[in-house]
Amino acid sequence: MLQEKPRKLIDESGVRLDGRGLNELRPIKIEVGVLSNADGSAYIEQGKSKILAAVYGPKEVHPKHLALPDRALLRCRYHMAPFSVEERKSPAPSRREMELSKVIRESLEPSVFVEYYPRTSIDLFIEVLQADGGTRCSGITVASLALADAGIPMRDLVAACAAGKVEGRLVLDLTDFEDKGGEADVPLAWMPNLNAVTLLQMDGMLTIEEFEQVVNLALEGCKKTYQLQKEALKVKYVTVKEAVEE
Amino acid sequence: MSSIMVSRVKQKQIAQLISSGKRLDGRGLTDYREVQLEDGVIERAEGSARVRLGKTEVMVGIKVEVGEPFPDVPNEGVLTVNAELVPLASPTFEPGPPDENSIELARIVDRGIRESKAVALEKLCVEPGKKVFIVFVDIYVLNHDGNLIDASAIAALAALLNTKMFNYEVKEGEVKIKPGYTPLPVRNYPIAVTFAKISDKLVVDPWLEEEQVMDARLTMTLEKDGKVCAVQKGGYGYFTMQQVSEATKIAREKTEELRKLVVKG
Repeated sequence: MLQEKPRKLIDESGVRLDGRGLNELRPIKIEVGVLSNADGSAYIEQGKSKILAAVYGPKEVHPKHLALPDRALLRCRYHMAPFSVEERKSPAPSRREMELSKVIRESLEPSVFVEYYPRTSIDLFIEVLQADGGTRCSGITVASLALADAGIPMRDLVAACAAGKVEGRLVLDLTDFEDKGGEADVPLAWMPNLNAVTLLQMDGMLTIEEFEQVVNLALEGCKKTYQLQKEALKVKYVTVKEAVEE
Repeated sequence: MSSIMVSRVKQKQIAQLISSGKRLDGRGLTDYREVQLEDGVIERAEGSARVRLGKTEVMVGIKVEVGEPFPDVPNEGVLTVNAELVPLASPTFEPGPPDENSIELARIVDRGIRESKAVALEKLCVEPGKKVFIVFVDIYVLNHDGNLIDASAIAALAALLNTKMFNYEVKEGEVKIKPGYTPLPVRNYPIAVTFAKISDKLVVDPWLEEEQVMDARLTMTLEKDGKVCAVQKGGYGYFTMQQVSEATKIAREKTEELRKLVVKG
């Protein structure tokens, strides 16, 4: 499945390789409640990225000594399938996956009322089935829905989106090509109701002014993603309600 | 990593002082602890440095070896950053393979050096596609009293600046060492500034007990021209957009101040 590396990522009129404008998100498809065994689950397709998330819990903590006396233990595993990228990825967790598991957990924990469930664990699994850039953001977006689907009390949904700089232009929602060929990538996660930035990372190089612009652009992406999240949640529960009424 | 216990009374005291603009150890909110820097502390390593940030102590050793390049960049040397939270540094560090905290630490420092293109990797190629120099940056935490990220980033930069590479010649495809040394080509100076959010205020360079009280952490790495080259949010809390923008401004000042300690002249 080798693809030729394109020479130019954005043309003169500001159109990107996949036909998008600079401030445009990739098409997003979200489905809530896709796995029957999990307490909560969701699936997202953002462009070519395809990600599944499942939540188990609140449940008894194993091993027991990890239990926290005053709140639930939120655990998160971000993992990429061996076939999700061009060159097979070893299924063993890489250093990148370990770091992402940590930052994703820390981006979702502020949204969860963990203090309601002391001495329990909430286990969150994110499986990247196909990766095309922005998987940590799509992962957060879909994991937040899985938590909501599990009926866990939350302060807000967490929406995430990346923005960056590619060939001198500031762009929203980078693909893998754009990320690798671009100058900077800034993933951001955001809870609109609390004005809370729960994930912020960056690699690349930006002036302070550009950095602030990119953060604001990513924020716009988060706002749009948030609307799609809410719609996806409604779709599931409207269907459930109709089924009950019949 | 299990955490150090800080009594409720002290937690409250730290938080209340910060909300009135003061800190338990007498510093202002944007003051760093005293930075002490020694370089060339390990003769066996090609480069080394030891940084003390208050009571936090980090050593970085650089080893340079000949190895194979990555297939996607056959003409460039390789840079790898690794961090060890050595058990002698804190009762909460345990022996064993690197945990997520040490991986995160190494990756933040790595990102600052890599994205600012501090090491001229294209000059570290011996034979394209076959032999290049591999620069191993090993972060060794010796005493943990908070803000390991900034201490490690300073130590790593100081150690890179201190690194001498052996002279060599290539004979029949083999690298032969010649007498004499040349400095490692370093062309940028990334410096990290870490903020803790406590009582809804930003403080720089949190020490251990402040780290136990903080809601969230934000690290910004800036390179020599004041461009941002790495950012990382950590911790269970969050930042508002206003706080992010405030942090950017403080980071610019602080990185310039700290850079003067590392890069002389």
